[in-house]
Amino acid sequence: MDKIKRYMAANRWDAPHIDTAKLIKDKDKKAKLDQALEEFRDKPGQLVRVLQKAQEIFGYIPEGVQVYVADRMSIPISEVAGVVSFYSTFSTRPKGKYTIGVCLGTTCYVKGAQDIVKALKKELSIDVTETTKDGLFSLTSSRCVGACGMAPVMAINGEIYSRVKAEDVPFILAKYRDRVAEEENFNGQS
Amino acid sequence: MQNQEKNPIPVMNDQEDTEKQIERVKLEIDGQPVEIEKGTTILEAARNIGVNIPTLCYLKDINEIGACRVCLVEVEGRKSLPAACIYPVEEGMKVRTNTSRVRKARKKIVEMLLSNHHRECTACIRNLNCELQNVADSLGVRNIEPTGETMRYEIHQNNPAIQRDYNKCIHCRRCESICSKIQECYVYSAQKRGFDTVIAPTFMRDLGDVACIMCGQCVIACPTASLADKENINPVWMALEDPQNHVVVQTAPSIQVTLGEEFGLPVGTKVTGKMVTALRRLGFDQVFATDFAADLTIMEEAYEFVERLEQNKLPFLTSCCPGWIKFCEHFYPQLIPYVSTCKSPMAMFGALCRHYHYQERGIPRERMISVAIMPCTAKKYEAARPEHGDGERPDIDYVLTTRELARMIRQAGIDFANLPDDEFDAPLGTYTGAGTIFGATGGVMEAALRTAWWVMNGGKEMADAPKKRTREQTVEFREIRGQSGLKLTHVMLGGRDIHVAVAHGTGNARRILDAILGGEKIDYVEIMACPGGCVGGGGQPILSGRDHKKLSLDYRHNRADALYEIDYNKHLRNSYENPTIQRIYEEYLGHPGSEVAQKLLHTHYRARGNMPNVRE
Ligand code: SF4
Ligand code: SF4
Ligand code: SF4
Ligand code: FES
Ligand code: FES
Repeated sequence: MDKIKRYMAANRWDAPHIDTAKLIKDKDKKAKLDQALEEFRDKPGQLVRVLQKAQEIFGYIPEGVQVYVADRMSIPISEVAGVVSFYSTFSTRPKGKYTIGVCLGTTCYVKGAQDIVKALKKELSIDVTETTKDGLFSLTSSRCVGACGMAPVMAINGEIYSRVKAEDVPFILAKYRDRVAEEENFNGQS
Repeated sequence: MQNQEKNPIPVMNDQEDTEKQIERVKLEIDGQPVEIEKGTTILEAARNIGVNIPTLCYLKDINEIGACRVCLVEVEGRKSLPAACIYPVEEGMKVRTNTSRVRKARKKIVEMLLSNHHRECTACIRNLNCELQNVADSLGVRNIEPTGETMRYEIHQNNPAIQRDYNKCIHCRRCESICSKIQECYVYSAQKRGFDTVIAPTFMRDLGDVACIMCGQCVIACPTASLADKENINPVWMALEDPQNHVVVQTAPSIQVTLGEEFGLPVGTKVTGKMVTALRRLGFDQVFATDFAADLTIMEEAYEFVERLEQNKLPFLTSCCPGWIKFCEHFYPQLIPYVSTCKSPMAMFGALCRHYHYQERGIPRERMISVAIMPCTAKKYEAARPEHGDGERPDIDYVLTTRELARMIRQAGIDFANLPDDEFDAPLGTYTGAGTIFGATGGVMEAALRTAWWVMNGGKEMADAPKKRTREQTVEFREIRGQSGLKLTHVMLGGRDIHVAVAHGTGNARRILDAILGGEKIDYVEIMACPGGCVGGGGQPILSGRDHKKLSLDYRHNRADALYEIDYNKHLRNSYENPTIQRIYEEYLGHPGSEVAQKLLHTHYRARGNMPNVRE
C-alpha cells in the first residue's frame, strides 16, 4: 500500500514541460548559438557542425544546450545525446583549466595507478570525470598511453609524469596551484 | 476464414506490392539448390529451405544492421565470413552454413557476448525464453573465458511499467529500431563509445523520465532480459492469501486468445474457459471480463461521438489505449481537446468496482482488492495515474501482464492445457462480441460504429434494444479489420458521410494525426499504440525467444482472427444489447453521459513535454 501511495503522490514518469526558450540563461552565448542554428538550419547532417559551434561557445555542451538544439533543429533528443556522447571532442561537463589523466592500462594498473587515483580524489575532493569547484582541475582516466616503461603514468594538460607515487600527488598539484596564483598576482598588478 | 479482405483504400501496407516483375536468382546452400527472388538475404533464403542460421540482432524488416555477427556463413570464393542477415544472394553463389570454421566463429562471438554478460540465468526473468541463452545452447557453448573489467550498472526501474538492466544488454539495438521506426517515439539511441557504449534513453535516464509511452514494444523486441516488465506477482499472492480480502480480477479481451501460447498451445488458441478456471484455482474470489467494461465504454463513447457530431467538434479520437493517450500528451498536445473523455475499459471497470460493485456484494470497501490482467505494460502505468483513484488508493490495485499471469499459473503448479472450462461470473462478466473485438486493431471502431449506427437509427432508448438479434443482422465493418498499418473507410451515419480512420502502432498514428493537422477531413479515429492492437501488446507472450520467425507480423493475424471468431459466434454482438449494461444504466448510471457517468467513467488529460528533465 505504501508503495502505491508513493507512486500516486510522486506522479512523475513523464517528461516535464520545458520552456526551451528559457533553457540558456547567458544571452550573449544564446545569441551566438542562435546564429549558428540559423546558418545550419534545415540542412540535414549539420548537427555535428552546430554542436561544434556550441562546444566553442560554451566550452562544453550541457544538457540544456542539447535539448535546445534538438528542439530548434527538430531532431530527436536521443539522437543529439548520442552524437554528443560519441565524439570525444564534445564534453558534457565544464572542463577544468588543467585536465589530469591517469593511465589505467594494465601495466600502470599493476604498478599502483589506483593509489594515484585515490590520492588525487582525496586531494581534489572529486570523482573521476568530475571537475573541482574552483574550475582548476578535471580528473579523467585513460587506457594505455604507450609509456608502459615509465608506469605508472599520469598527464596534466599533456605534461607527462612518470613513475608517480601517491605521496607525490600533493606536490605535483601544488605546482599548478602556485602557477595559477602567480598568474593572478601578475594580472592583478598590471 | 475471416479477415482476408483487402483494404479498399490502402495507404500503407505491411506487405510490399507484388505486382512488379520479380527477378530470380539460383544459388546453392549447403548443397541444396535454391531459386529465390533477387535481393533476398542469405538468411531468408536459408530459412526458406529449412536451414536455420542463428541470429541475435536481426528483426525481420525492422532491424537488419549486421551488428552481432552470430549469423556468419561461408561463401565460396570469399575470404571473410559475411553476415547472412544482411548479405544478399547472388547468382551461382555457394553458401555453407555448417562448417567447423563457421561453427567456431559463431561460438567465439557468443562466448565474447557472454563474457561480460551478467549471467544469472536461473534467477532471470527470461530464463528458458531467452534468445541469447538459446543461441548459446544451440552452439554448444561450454566454456566462457573470464574477462577482467566488466561494467556493472544499477537496474533502472523508476516507473511503474518497465525495468531496464544494462548488465544484460547485448547492444543488438532492436529496442532502438522498434521504438524509432515502428513507434516513432525515438526514446533510445547508442550513447558513449567503445567499451562504455550503451543503448539507452537520452542521457541514460530512466524510461519514466523521458517521453516514453510505456507501450512495451521494446520489451517484446529485446532478445534478453535487459528490458522486462516490472513484476507485480508477489503483492497479488499476498492479497490472495489473506482470507478477509475479496479479490476480484478482470481479464482484457485479448488475454483469452494469447495466454495459451505460454503453455505451448498454437498461436490463436481460444482458452477463455481454461483461463477462468485457472484464475479461480489461483484463489480469485470473482472472475470478471474487461470485455464487459468495453461494452460500457462503447455506450459512453458512441453517445459522446453522436453528441460531438451534432456539435461539429471533430475529429473524434478514441481513448481506450493508455499508450496512445500518453503519446498524444507528449507529442500532439494540441489534439487533446478532440480525444474522447471516456476512460479505458480497464479504468471504467476499476471505478465501477470501487464505487458500485462492492455495495452490491456487501464487501467492506477497503477489503476489495482489484486486479487486472492486461496485454500491456502501459496499463500498469495507466492504473497509477492519479486520475484513476481517490488520491489515496488507485481504483485498480495491481495490473499483471499476460506473461505474469502465466508465471503465476506455473508457480501454482496448474496444468493449464488440461484444465476444464468455466464461465465468467455475473454480472460484470457478461459481455457481447463487440466488447471482445476491442482486443484487435479496428475492433473499437467497429464496436462503436455498431452502436452509433443503432443510436442514430432511432434506437435512443435503452429499452428498445432488440432482445434477440441474429448474427446475420449485425452490421459488420470488415474494411477496418486486418493488419495493414492504416485503414480508412466511409460510413453513412444519420445521413452524414463519416470518414473513419484506424491506426495501430504510433508511427502510423503520426501519419493520420499529421493529416488531420494538415486539414484532412477525418471524423472518427481509432488509435492503438501497439502494432495489431492489444493482441500485439507489450505484455503479451514473447514468442521470439523460442522461435524467431514468429516475431514477424503474422502471429498477430491468428490472435486477431480468434477474437473475431468469438465475436461471430456470440449471440449478442452489440454493446447496447448487454443485459448487465442495461441494468446498470437503469439502476445506477441513468443514461450515457449522465452526471454519475461523467464522474465515474470519464477523465481528463494533460499536456506533457517531450524532452527529458534537464540536469546541469
Ligand atoms: S538474459 Fe538470458 S542469458 Fe542473460 S541471464 Fe537472463 S536468461 Fe541468462
Ligand atoms: S515502451 Fe514504447 S515508447 Fe517506451 S521505449 Fe519502449 S518502445 Fe519506446
Ligand atoms: S536492451 Fe535488449 S533490445 Fe535493446 S540493445 Fe540491449 S539487448 Fe538489444
Ligand atoms: S599501461 Fe599505462 S602507459 Fe601502458
Ligand atoms: S549480424 Fe546477423 S543476426 Fe546479428
